[in-house]
Amino acid sequence: MTSVKFTVSALAVIAASATMASARENIQTAGSSTVLPYATIVAEAFGENFDFPTPVVESGGSGAGRKKLCEGVGENTIDIANSSSRISQSDIDLCASNGVTEIMEVRIGYDGIVFASDINGAEFAFTPADWFNALAKDVVVDGAVTANPNTSWSQVNANLPEQEIMAFIPGTKHGTREVFDDKVILAGCEESGAMAVFAEANGGDEEKAEEMCTALRTDGVSVDIDGDYTETLARIDANKNAIGVFGLSFYQNNTDKLKVATMSGVTPSTESIASGEYPVSRPLFFYVKNAHLGVIPGLQEYVEFFVSDDMAGPNGPLADYGLVSDPELAATQEMVASGTPMGPLQ
Amino acid sequence: MTDATANNVPASSVHGGSLLSQNVRTRRRNAAERRFRLYGVIAIGLSVAALLLLVSSVLNNGVSAFFQTYAKVEVMLDPEVLDPKGNRDPAEMSKVTTIGYGNLMKDAFPAALQKAGISVEGITDKEIGDMLSKEAPAQLRNRVLADPDLLGQTIEYWALATGRIDGYLKGRVTMASAELDSNVSPAQLRLADQMREADMLETRFNWDFITFPDASELRPEAAGLGVAIIGSAYMMLIVLFLALPIGVAASIYLEEFAPQNRLTDIIEVNISNLAAVPSIVFGILGLAVFINYAGLPASAPIVGGLVLTLMTLPTIIISTRAALKAVPPSIRDAALGVGASKMQSVFHHVLPLALPGILTGTIIGLAQALGETAPLLLIGMVAFVRDYPSWPVDGFFEPASALPVQVYNFTTRGDPGFVERASGAIIVLLVFLLCMNLLAIWLRRKFERRW
Repeated sequence: MTSVKFTVSALAVIAASATMASARENIQTAGSSTVLPYATIVAEAFGENFDFPTPVVESGGSGAGRKKLCEGVGENTIDIANSSSRISQSDIDLCASNGVTEIMEVRIGYDGIVFASDINGAEFAFTPADWFNALAKDVVVDGAVTANPNTSWSQVNANLPEQEIMAFIPGTKHGTREVFDDKVILAGCEESGAMAVFAEANGGDEEKAEEMCTALRTDGVSVDIDGDYTETLARIDANKNAIGVFGLSFYQNNTDKLKVATMSGVTPSTESIASGEYPVSRPLFFYVKNAHLGVIPGLQEYVEFFVSDDMAGPNGPLADYGLVSDPELAATQEMVASGTPMGPLQ
Repeated sequence: MTDATANNVPASSVHGGSLLSQNVRTRRRNAAERRFRLYGVIAIGLSVAALLLLVSSVLNNGVSAFFQTYAKVEVMLDPEVLDPKGNRDPAEMSKVTTIGYGNLMKDAFPAALQKAGISVEGITDKEIGDMLSKEAPAQLRNRVLADPDLLGQTIEYWALATGRIDGYLKGRVTMASAELDSNVSPAQLRLADQMREADMLETRFNWDFITFPDASELRPEAAGLGVAIIGSAYMMLIVLFLALPIGVAASIYLEEFAPQNRLTDIIEVNISNLAAVPSIVFGILGLAVFINYAGLPASAPIVGGLVLTLMTLPTIIISTRAALKAVPPSIRDAALGVGASKMQSVFHHVLPLALPGILTGTIIGLAQALGETAPLLLIGMVAFVRDYPSWPVDGFFEPASALPVQVYNFTTRGDPGFVERASGAIIVLLVFLLCMNLLAIWLRRKFERRW
């Protein structure tokens, strides 16, 4: 008799927990740690000013966030994936195979990637080619492909200070790394003419040449940082000769500790990124699962609030924190209001 | 005795020494002992030094998190701005956002300074307004919405100052660093000095650090541990109510009732193995089973509690079995001898005697679970959560954070104001752990019996 009672009560508890589990009231988002600060700022203001609960914002990386978004439709999956790089076709395919067919792509603005060193160190004026020649595994010396022999910045470029090469770059799980590879290393590879030599060495195979361009040296000169920018900052604090890769907003919050380097002669700032002069920048996105609009309370309002002029506009709190406001914000607002899902990738 | 002396005499004569002077072997033996003692003292000294270093660095960085700077602002709560419809209906008034309240404060602050006779020359109104935390308008708004009668009055309001101004009063920000800092200017710091002299700026004890929820990177001064403490407490409750009964029942059965055969041997080995499984594995399991399969909500204490229960079970089972084993068999034999059943002997005699050991093991298991971060990473507890979860049982299913996770969260933030908060959170976590361990020691002392 007692065992029957016990079983029944245990079942009741499980049933009760199942019903409670199905009534989610808060928005759940996950993804890029670069977008995280912006998302928390918006979530906080949203919770304060609306009658909906404050959205829960998880980090974990752009790729991980998009995978979670694509796990399926339903209240135990997230509603929004924050991403510092554009969604890939493989993500879209994964989404489609799990029934997530309509995704809304929302671009919130642009973020700059800056190169900074200890505040008391030397001044640096880089070009992408300098970075390629400093960090690539193979470089071109006198027209021949050789393993990277450079040990000091002055060997890379006579105009740079004579300082040992030591770079802390984001690890491969970060969206920032993709941009670094693409806009700095690869651009430097092309700029310095190494790309053409690599292609020639591979019998004209451009893909192989690109692979060679982005292969970084592994002799300890370039260190992947898998943690956040705070870790990079701590490493620079310990090694004053090192140069780190940061997001513009992080740098702006730590201008008393870091000295920023120019890239191709342009100093990074929200203005120079907005005008397109500063070359190393990238758009920031979040992806909304359209099937959850109207199901999760407040989701539509949150998305609209995120891209409103009060938040993402040039004078909003996101710009205060270092986001470069999107000049086409009005178009994004319109798209969000009508809930238009994204088309196929070009 | 005679044997001993008889044995001793040839021994000492062999080595040619007397009892009064030490021979070479004795000297060596004594020297070895002295050396060993020295090693012991060095080992203890090193561990104490490491502990002191850790605790002092945490205290050094973290104590300041328990103090916070507030600035006095006189605000005229203009009904035309805050209640445009004029009907004092909180639902209508809530249409005015924190941005509206922020502008009101930013306008009021320079005027209030001038009224107090503080010169505001060489500094723009925007810079003055930026000295107040962005959290302040939100708090003012909540206050007005809760009490619409305040409209039209001029209230004196102690608003949170920004993290940089707070850092200046705590010595983290200096004039030299402000020159380089894009978020604060020396002019603002000079104004802060003047305000401090006029008693319009003061640093007080900061209960809000314990009670407030987390805050975004724009307002480190308002970030607190409230949600994390509640989340951790809920998880500990779940672990206690699941792991203790299950663990004790399993160990009593295994120790007192189960037949000794190959199956129980396998179970025993597996329990020991389970205790050695890295905690991240339990997180992966929790994600797969509790969230993806069972459909429990992510970021909720229930999932964290279940995962930590699995992690704590082996610890509790092992310590409970050790405690049961330590009860002398004579107690069982005596109980059986006067006619008690096996179950009566266990529950009336063995279990009460083993209780202190069981409780100690449980509390140590709980303390271990309290500090665990890795499995929580995978089940969505590493999140920005600002709403307090409601009372149990509903609260178990609502998003929450946890103390060790909050420490991790604070350390990843860009604003330097979060550094002290991370250390402050460590202090709170250590205090909790210390309390739990003290409780374990106290329980053991109180109920312990020796035979």
